[in-house]
Amino acid sequence: MVTRLDPKLFDATTENTWCAGCGDFAILKALKLALADQNIEPHQVLAVSGIGCGSKLPDYMNINGYMTIHGRPLPVATAAKLANPDLHVIVVNGDGDSYGIGGNHFVQSCRRNPNITHIVENNQIYGLTKGQYSPTSDKGFVTTTSPDGSIELALNPLAVALAAGATFIARAFAGQPKPMAQMIAEGMQHRGYALIDVLQPCVTFNRVNTYDWYRKRVYDLQEEESYDPSDREAAWQKAQEWEERIPLGILYRAEGMPAYEDQVKALEGGSPVSRLTELVRNPRPEQYEPLKEEFL
Amino acid sequence: MANVVTNDMSIVIGGDAGQGVESSGAGFCLSFARAGLHVFGMQDYRSRIRGGHNFYQIRLSTEPRLSHSNPVHLVLALTPETVQLHMDQLVEGGAVIFPEKFEVDPEPLKERGVRVDSLPLMRIAEEHGSKVMTNTAALGAAAGITEFPLEFMESVIRDNFAPKGQEIVDANIKVAQAAYDLAQQRYGSDFPYKLSPIKDAPKRMLINGNEALAMGALAGGCRFVAAYPMSPATSIIEWLAAVPHEYGVVTKHAEDEIAAACMVIGASFTGARAMTATSGGGFCLMVEAMGLAGMTEVPMVIVNSQRGGPSTGLPTRTEQSDLLFAINASQGEFPRIVTAPGTIEECFEAGWRAFNLAEKYQCPVVVMVDTFISSTLRTLEMDAIDFSTVEIDRGSTLTYEELDRLTDGYNRFQLTESGISPRAIPGHPSGVFAASSDEHDETGHITEEIENRRRMMRKRMRKLQEAEKEARPPDFYGPEEAETTLVCWGSTFGACKEAADDINAAGGSANVLRFLDLWPLSEEAAATALGRCRRTVAVEQNYTSQLAKLLRMTTGIRMDQTMNKYDGRPFAPEEIVAGLGKEVASGHAA
Ligand SMILES: Cc1ncc(C[n+]2csc(CCOP(=O)(O)OP(=O)(O)O)c2C)c(N)n1
Ligand code: SF4
Ligand SMILES: [Mg+2]
Repeated sequence: MVTRLDPKLFDATTENTWCAGCGDFAILKALKLALADQNIEPHQVLAVSGIGCGSKLPDYMNINGYMTIHGRPLPVATAAKLANPDLHVIVVNGDGDSYGIGGNHFVQSCRRNPNITHIVENNQIYGLTKGQYSPTSDKGFVTTTSPDGSIELALNPLAVALAAGATFIARAFAGQPKPMAQMIAEGMQHRGYALIDVLQPCVTFNRVNTYDWYRKRVYDLQEEESYDPSDREAAWQKAQEWEERIPLGILYRAEGMPAYEDQVKALEGGSPVSRLTELVRNPRPEQYEPLKEEFL
Repeated sequence: MANVVTNDMSIVIGGDAGQGVESSGAGFCLSFARAGLHVFGMQDYRSRIRGGHNFYQIRLSTEPRLSHSNPVHLVLALTPETVQLHMDQLVEGGAVIFPEKFEVDPEPLKERGVRVDSLPLMRIAEEHGSKVMTNTAALGAAAGITEFPLEFMESVIRDNFAPKGQEIVDANIKVAQAAYDLAQQRYGSDFPYKLSPIKDAPKRMLINGNEALAMGALAGGCRFVAAYPMSPATSIIEWLAAVPHEYGVVTKHAEDEIAAACMVIGASFTGARAMTATSGGGFCLMVEAMGLAGMTEVPMVIVNSQRGGPSTGLPTRTEQSDLLFAINASQGEFPRIVTAPGTIEECFEAGWRAFNLAEKYQCPVVVMVDTFISSTLRTLEMDAIDFSTVEIDRGSTLTYEELDRLTDGYNRFQLTESGISPRAIPGHPSGVFAASSDEHDETGHITEEIENRRRMMRKRMRKLQEAEKEARPPDFYGPEEAETTLVCWGSTFGACKEAADDINAAGGSANVLRFLDLWPLSEEAAATALGRCRRTVAVEQNYTSQLAKLLRMTTGIRMDQTMNKYDGRPFAPEEIVAGLGKEVASGHAA
């Protein structure tokens, strides 16, 4: 067995600004565990986030991080991976960031299948802006922007991901960091886009979907012996469960599908980053001369 | 018969969208280029797939021209509308040729000494090939009238139609030949405008601004392109996507321009040279991401090929109305560089230079072009695109070896005198860092601390002062001293240059002051140049004289006159001369 890295390696010295008890702490912990378990060192990872409470995560960790703008980490991360496939690229952002403002990027990423891992800190609320309803807030949820209860149906991220062609779909719960770490690690090992939607209680602004609320409902899919995550139909059925019982674990996994990068012909002879490094060393201007032919 | 003029004329081929005017026009341009003539081929089309008037205006000469010119000598009209729309441009001794399917009232044209001829072009096409070859017949007839040897057209037909099979190639050649013979028969040597191949002329490329820009970017090391299709920028990503895979250009047609801009930033953050190309509407969507690149000091190259605005505006037409927008786009204050090539040669240079600027100053660079320069074909000498002149200067980007030598930690946003911090590419154990669009300290961590904010603002803005030192001062064309100076930027340079030449030839006195680098703009350089001018006229393809405003804002100097065009059609030199008034144009009081 290879030695396992010490998760403390990923600790940062920065001040953490999350509220005590926030579910994001468990996600931070699970991510450190997952990286340590896989023996991935800080310089080998890039965590890209958006804006929100959860999106501050890269600031609280010792890894390469990029806190971008609200809703946009997926395209940033997709391209980061395309430009340098050697990096392990993770996206970590809130439910508003992922499914609201960044909703189109989410759907496109599912069908695009870039080899990145997407952890959604789903607290069913806008935390950083102090408590407005989010795309995953249940219908009727009362917040400052929905004083009469939200009118829209909640978005079902797992069903959307499945419909959009995602190849790895999981759900974790911030009350259970160890299985979450396992899911993150499996998501990172998966070749292609891996979604891990994490039920993350916001102890300050979401007084409905609390730790207790989730605990009463969640169950582990693995306990159902007959459940086969490669069965798309079964996954669709499970994705519908919410009000009474909420499944946790790997809902769907399609094996053997090529990732986006695997199919980009221009990447065959090297990545954009490695090619540029090579060009700086040896520019070979004559290599472009044949391109003039088409204009003659 | 009038005096014969050889190799100095303009031809218009016009018809409905869907009649193949664009490909015929481009093919015709190529046959003239192969014959050693200088070609300037302006495309004019509508934002629709079928119907509506489209035309190609081809200017042929023995010396390079940077602009189209209004007078036209031969009109090939595939529709009656073509005749109507180009009638006024026809010179005495010129001709209109049209197929037998419609009629044209010849009288008004005849009065002006223009010959009007219906030729059985459709019959010829059907007899030797098929009706869709009517264009080929029209071009064949044009060659016949101008006595331009058919072999050049034949070679283009061979190359262009080869993928469709030998039969199609042969039929097109037959159609062209038959039309050529008929036209010769009709006109004999009666047409005063002739085209003749130039012996021993050097090989030249026929290329447009977008293609030159894309080639420059490729040579500059750009290996990642993300974009969302939008006229007139689309051909940039299309050209790069078609580059053979060995060159390793990863192109991504993104879900929208927001994603495209973010992809450029993601690829650049990890160490690639990355670019996007769009037009105004797409640029609007990229604006927030541009601020992200500014704040996190990530190099980013955006090409904005401007078209008529606002909103969807004139999708296929030209305008220069995004200058102040580009300079001010995105909230907050951060350094950015805006440059506007004025010729196709400069598009090539801008393509690679943008990456050096972006990496050196670790900020967004916007290259401003427009429909006119993006899509106009021009003959270029082979060495006008000289790959050996391309430099790849990554500025303070740390190499892997340099990172190896780092011992006491790494601060991505280290405070330096120039404001430029050594930049690590993620992946090296010594260069681990997190960047944030929030205000951050030298390490990259988020902070709102007062002193840090002041320091970081000053650090970032110092880069703009550095970039200003490298910015190109405006350049003059023409005589050092002149009564009138045409002040311009971007693609209007060509028309201004020719207008000044014409004025000087007519006894007037004019020169051109052109701004290539528009931001940062050195007050001193601009004021010095403007101080040399007697009377300034800002010539801009917009309504509000944006360069004039920028110059006034920077230097306090007001232009004496502004000349604006916002109808989506590019300035012709004659329009500029006319806009100056008779007195200026000839140097004599009227
Ligand atoms: C373009 C833009 N619009 C709005 C905001 C304000 N804003 C910051 S975070 C946020 C929502 C955060 O919700 P979520 O993504 O669920 O993250 P959480 O704070 O709940 O972790 C909003 C609307 C912004 N930063 N940028
Ligand atoms: S507001 Fe909610 S989501 Fe944000 S840190 Fe506090 S508990 Fe966590
Ligand atoms: Mg949230």
